[in-house]
Amino acid sequence: MKFIDEFRDGRIAASVARSIHGEVMAGRTYHIMEFCGGHTHAIARYGLPELLPASIRLVHGPGCPVCVLPISRIDAALALARDARVMLCTYADVMRVPASRRQSLLTAKAAGADIVMVYSVRDALSVARAHPEREVVFFAIGFETTTPPTAAAILEAERTGLKNFSVICNHVLTPSAIQSLLDSPEVRRVGGVRIDGFIGPSHVSTVIGSRPYEFFATEYEKPVVIAGFEPLDVLQAVWMLVRQINEGRCEVENQFTRAVTREGNRKAQALVGQVFELARTFEWRGLGEVPYSALRIQGRYARFDAERRFGLAIKSVPDHKGCECGAILRGLKQPQECRLFGTACVPDNPLGSCMVSSEGACAAHYAYGRYRRDVVPLQHASRSAS
Amino acid sequence: MNARARRHARALDLREGRIDMNHGSGGRATTQLVEELFLCAFDNEWLRPMDDQARCDMPPGRLVVATDAHVVSPLFFPGGDIGSLSVYGTINDVAMAGATPLYLTAGFIIEEGFPLADLKRIADSMAAAARVAEVSVIAGDTKVVERGKGDGVFVTTTGVGVVDRALDIHADRARPGDCILVSGSLGDHGVAIMSEREHLSFDTHILSDTAPLHGLVKAMVQSVPTVHCLRDPTRGGLATALNEIADQSGVGMRIRESALPIRAEVRAACEFLGLDPLYMANEGKLIAVCPADRAERLLAVMRAHPLGAQAAIIGEAIADPLHFVEMETAFGGNRMVDWLAGDPLPRIC
Repeated sequence: MKFIDEFRDGRIAASVARSIHGEVMAGRTYHIMEFCGGHTHAIARYGLPELLPASIRLVHGPGCPVCVLPISRIDAALALARDARVMLCTYADVMRVPASRRQSLLTAKAAGADIVMVYSVRDALSVARAHPEREVVFFAIGFETTTPPTAAAILEAERTGLKNFSVICNHVLTPSAIQSLLDSPEVRRVGGVRIDGFIGPSHVSTVIGSRPYEFFATEYEKPVVIAGFEPLDVLQAVWMLVRQINEGRCEVENQFTRAVTREGNRKAQALVGQVFELARTFEWRGLGEVPYSALRIQGRYARFDAERRFGLAIKSVPDHKGCECGAILRGLKQPQECRLFGTACVPDNPLGSCMVSSEGACAAHYAYGRYRRDVVPLQHASRSAS
Repeated sequence: MNARARRHARALDLREGRIDMNHGSGGRATTQLVEELFLCAFDNEWLRPMDDQARCDMPPGRLVVATDAHVVSPLFFPGGDIGSLSVYGTINDVAMAGATPLYLTAGFIIEEGFPLADLKRIADSMAAAARVAEVSVIAGDTKVVERGKGDGVFVTTTGVGVVDRALDIHADRARPGDCILVSGSLGDHGVAIMSEREHLSFDTHILSDTAPLHGLVKAMVQSVPTVHCLRDPTRGGLATALNEIADQSGVGMRIRESALPIRAEVRAACEFLGLDPLYMANEGKLIAVCPADRAERLLAVMRAHPLGAQAAIIGEAIADPLHFVEMETAFGGNRMVDWLAGDPLPRIC
């Protein structure tokens, strides 16, 4: 496959890995957080940790949209899906996210709710056109990557006079999540979780550009390297981060130059600005309420906002007792440190959201890395290193 | 046949007609459907008497029986249809014991309103597949369910065959050190089905690999009778089949990604759909596990057969109390190849 195989070439990987081994300083550990679930998936799928020196610890971040979706939002979708007028459209991964009372959209579908799995919001528009007698609601999730298409769909619905289409908006913002992490007590506390640098988002950055991360480099003194989702991208980004850390630099570097510019996709940004506005606060699984961390539909498009249209009540619900998704999403724990991991919580029957999407840290680790038994708990590692 | 067809005042309208509840009543309409459509297609000495059962002779050996229900959607897909699939799917299960399939039975659950033309197309396709595979459809049943209570047509087939008593091919016989082989490119069927999926049509030249495997199996066991396991990696693909064998045999497995035969088009389709070809269904491929010292011989025999031209040795069984299947990635790392969780596809076989 052209333009794919080049980025998965084992020989080049071996040579980049040698460079990383040559770059790391003896007696020093490097704690690198990959923010995105796409990176988590690539790291697990291609077995990257085995190519890296033991002193490099990859810490999974909260950048998996399914994983950070709180129970309350799924509960609201479930309540709506039980309305016989409603056809609820959503992405496949969302269907399996556990909600209250062991419910999920998948169990609701089995019980008769009309829930349609779609590959894109455009499919939801087609469903709405094909079923004018029904209320078609798109359960929109995702970071900045999936937001412009949702905006475009709302504009298209307005332009074409589509009256039976609306959106439950769960679009969240990457920079707010990073800031919330860096401000969290666990990260700020001396001897707490160490993050020496970030592998910056891939697809998100094609939309927002590299500029939003400059704040983290200058204000928080954390180097950021924006990287593509291919395994060689990740490996090269690790190398670039190790060099920055060794040289004491805190810059935003762009490894993903083939797709990301400093300014990002202005047209997509304009679309988002036209339809959405900042929500005052949004609940994240793992991070709790984070101010100005999500988008809501502007008042002038209120009729496309399913929350207003159906008067949806979003009621916060605590996570399953014993579920460590929160700590895992903040980089405090690794999946294997959760006592439910691989026992009560497995991909076929997930209790926590990180076990749902293949981008979730737990699911990725369960599916690809479970055989590795030499797990060093992150906190111990960070304590011994500090 | 013709004498029978004339018993009915008007022949079935095989162009415009549709299945109605009368066709499932057990009365004249049912008989007419069976005679003019199914018997026409499958005609043979066992079916012709129209008894409630078939009596047939079996050559010496152990009886091998397999049954498979087919609910594929869409019914017609690039490279095949539910008809050929229901024949090959079942006889391949029989063949994975090293057996020669001989007979099939077929049960049809048909939804009210289903076009007779489509039903005929399916029956003709089954008949053609049975001829290719040299098996006879010797008994059958039809039922009609009300509109909305089926999905067009479901076909359940049972295959009967015999296997030489000297052969002992079971999924629990893999041993540490054994080699693992596959007969050809992986994931073709799954991608062909995906390309026709509602909301997801995309153009691809990939055809389903639906094919009968007992000819290939026969050549394999004649040359290497010590083959330990055979399995056709249908639903859930290679990953699922390997995990099943590892689990049943109580071994671990290590495979090499770079050794897996996967077409560029299949990889590309999986890439943009976010799927893994290792979990894509196959309907004309098999996995073989054999002693390491027989692997090259087995590979040569497989490659000499038209259905095994792309065969490859992809890894080996290892001792592992956890029965994990691991893969050395082409990138140079290692990863697990786990059981499939959830369902990435609509019904595929």
